[in-house]
Amino acid sequence: MNGPLLRMSGIRKQYPGVLALVDVAFELQAGEVHCLLGENGAGKSTLMKILSGALPKDAGSIVIDGKECAIASPADARREGIGMIYQDFKLIPDLSIAENVLLGREPRRGRTPFIDFPRLHESARAILSQLGEETPTTTMVRRLSSAQQQMVEIAKAFSNNVRILAMDEPSAALTEKERNNLFSVIRRLKSEGVGIIYVSHRLEEIFEIGDRLTVLRDGAVIHTCSVGEADRRSLVRWMVGRELENEYPKAELRRGEEILRLESVSTGFVRGVTLSLHKGEILGMAGLVGAGRSELARAIFGADRLDGGKIVFEGREIRPRSPRDAIDMGIGLLTEDRNQFGLIMDMGVRENITLANLREVAGKFFIRPALEENVAARFIGDLRIKTPSSTQAVEHLSGGNRQKVVLARWLFTRSRLLIFDEPTAGIDVGVKYEIYNLINRLAENGIGVIVISSDLPELLGICDRIAVLWEGKLTGILERSGATQEAVMTLATGGSPEAHA
Amino acid sequence: MPDQPAGAERGAGSLLRLLSQYGISAALIFELLLFSQLSPYFFTAENLLNVTLQVSITAIIAVGMTFVILTSGIDLSVGAIVAMSGVLTTSLMKMQAPLPVVFLLAGTAGILLGALSGWFAGICITKLNITPFIVTMSLMTIWRGAAFLVTDGRPIWELPHEFSLLGSGRIGPVPFPSVVMIVIYVTAFVVLTRTAFGRYVYAAGGNREAARLSGIRTDRIIISAYIISGALAAVSGILLASRMNSGQPNAGLMYELDVIAAVVVGGTSLFGGRGSIVGTFLGAMLIGILRNGLNLLNVSSYLQMIVLGVVILLAVMLDQIKTRK
Repeated sequence: MNGPLLRMSGIRKQYPGVLALVDVAFELQAGEVHCLLGENGAGKSTLMKILSGALPKDAGSIVIDGKECAIASPADARREGIGMIYQDFKLIPDLSIAENVLLGREPRRGRTPFIDFPRLHESARAILSQLGEETPTTTMVRRLSSAQQQMVEIAKAFSNNVRILAMDEPSAALTEKERNNLFSVIRRLKSEGVGIIYVSHRLEEIFEIGDRLTVLRDGAVIHTCSVGEADRRSLVRWMVGRELENEYPKAELRRGEEILRLESVSTGFVRGVTLSLHKGEILGMAGLVGAGRSELARAIFGADRLDGGKIVFEGREIRPRSPRDAIDMGIGLLTEDRNQFGLIMDMGVRENITLANLREVAGKFFIRPALEENVAARFIGDLRIKTPSSTQAVEHLSGGNRQKVVLARWLFTRSRLLIFDEPTAGIDVGVKYEIYNLINRLAENGIGVIVISSDLPELLGICDRIAVLWEGKLTGILERSGATQEAVMTLATGGSPEAHA
Repeated sequence: MPDQPAGAERGAGSLLRLLSQYGISAALIFELLLFSQLSPYFFTAENLLNVTLQVSITAIIAVGMTFVILTSGIDLSVGAIVAMSGVLTTSLMKMQAPLPVVFLLAGTAGILLGALSGWFAGICITKLNITPFIVTMSLMTIWRGAAFLVTDGRPIWELPHEFSLLGSGRIGPVPFPSVVMIVIYVTAFVVLTRTAFGRYVYAAGGNREAARLSGIRTDRIIISAYIISGALAAVSGILLASRMNSGQPNAGLMYELDVIAAVVVGGTSLFGGRGSIVGTFLGAMLIGILRNGLNLLNVSSYLQMIVLGVVILLAVMLDQIKTRK
């Protein structure tokens, strides 16, 4: 083999209060898929941002094709043939597909400042058809599905000279079929000699697509080997730093009295959902994205209007008109997308924890700092939230720790019913395990728990029963003993419930 | 960090530490030293007290603006409210009634006008979802027009002479408006850093939906911020009318810009959720001292405008560099 296509060495990055990368070395060969693994906060994204010029490094060198490169901006990175696909899309919704794909490098009419639109669309179409995406390039990005947006994002990272393509969780928003499509694109790029860095939390994918892998933990390289030399168990051990008995811990729970009953509840496009939840029970809610699970949760929580039906909580009919009402009644909702709907990023860990129940740490008029600090310290200890201090702004925390902060907030409100919407999305194995244990502990303490998740093995692993929604309707409720991936998927795609009764 | 929402500082000993968190304190100290060198009149008790008097009108409005900007809004109507409340209060002074009653009614009416205007703005912004810029810009022209309309464009003169004591009286050596300003700043500081309401203002500005889903009645918080802003603009309007001993329909022209400048120079983010009342105070003082010093040095008012613009930019740059570290 020739020298490596890319060699990063001695990479170091310091954030306020956190050393994000410590002397990291990373190599990539041409035509290789090199997977990068690690828990959230391990430094994967930081490393990718340094490579793509989005973040400056504090020390270290980047050598491409044996030549030292100073990458100071995304434009520099592009010039060196580095393409980057970010985890959260960086697309401009009100521009067309073509304008997004060639953003910042639009073809001009000769030497004038005017954009050559025919050529713009032609080049964009050429790139997209290579990726198997045939949507007209004049379509506004706003109208596209997540999978199509993902393709636009990939096309954007593409240019004639792309030699290194870094993908940060590219499959997070994709369905099975779309993911297979993505993999065939990756295989073709590989055969053309492009080096690919693939970041993912889904271990199955690594075995499917990867050639080599590197595991990061706490900002340092723990292990590099070829994919063939690794198995699932060892991967988890390298990532977490210890042995995990079982990915999905399940406590034996004693089912108590009924705590919540929905009687033909309708909200938005959700129609006539009837189900019940008992104390000490974990009820899963499965369904495809857009099946109405989050809408149902928001209606129970008073965030959206209830259009019809009854909600009976602890034996009394309730009709929460706002989240405040619901919280006062003892209901909590851990929203999907904690960054957008859960946390106040500029505020400290402490302020985020007490936010929904500030009156408990306040006197008649004033917040009592000592009391508030005690509460924060207790939860930081209990939930093992990794933060340099209770006043650290949550924007500096990793995804798993952010989720723990949200969880602490709802524990502090002493909710008797907790709804988790995608509690482990974007969270790594080790912290997932902790969150499952916490959910178990809540159920053991007699709290009613509903878990909405798109991760089927997770639902099958931790829930006592699974309710399945399809296009706003409840298509079935499966007992733990009878629940299989196939049964859930049949119901989630509108299949007949009798087939799996 | 200057954007610490709940900077829990205690005691007088930590005052210095508190100030040192603000990049702008350095600029302020530099300014004080510079003018002390350049003018013998600058660093005298009399002149410094005078600065606080000159600053007080806009500095009081800046407190309300800080609340509004923290919720990620803006209030352009404050200057026009200064005029309208001044005009309303002074015209009510013509009432035939015992003086204390007149003062009480006229003053309450002026402040109520500001508060109602803020309440209306808040309703439009939260319930009708109109952007704060548009709502308050409309209110700005409405109140300015109303002030000219009711006075027919002429100032209201011949007020009871006791009224002028409000703006020109002193408590000991300290001008009365300065005392009002200090009381308002201390109150606002306590409200923002120590009360649940203050915490909710930061939360609503930092992430409105997340705040709502945490059980915060964000609409109420935002409406309250505009009520505070309107009411404090009215307080300033009355103080200003008293100092001029008349109700002027063109009073407070362009004040909104001075006020926003003070808040922004003080490190509060126009995106909401970050900032502090201490910063706003320092921002208002920085600008006030600059004006005063340049006047003492006989710098032309045209040149003053340019210097002011440059200083605002420099102060914000300094803050940026400090926070990036």
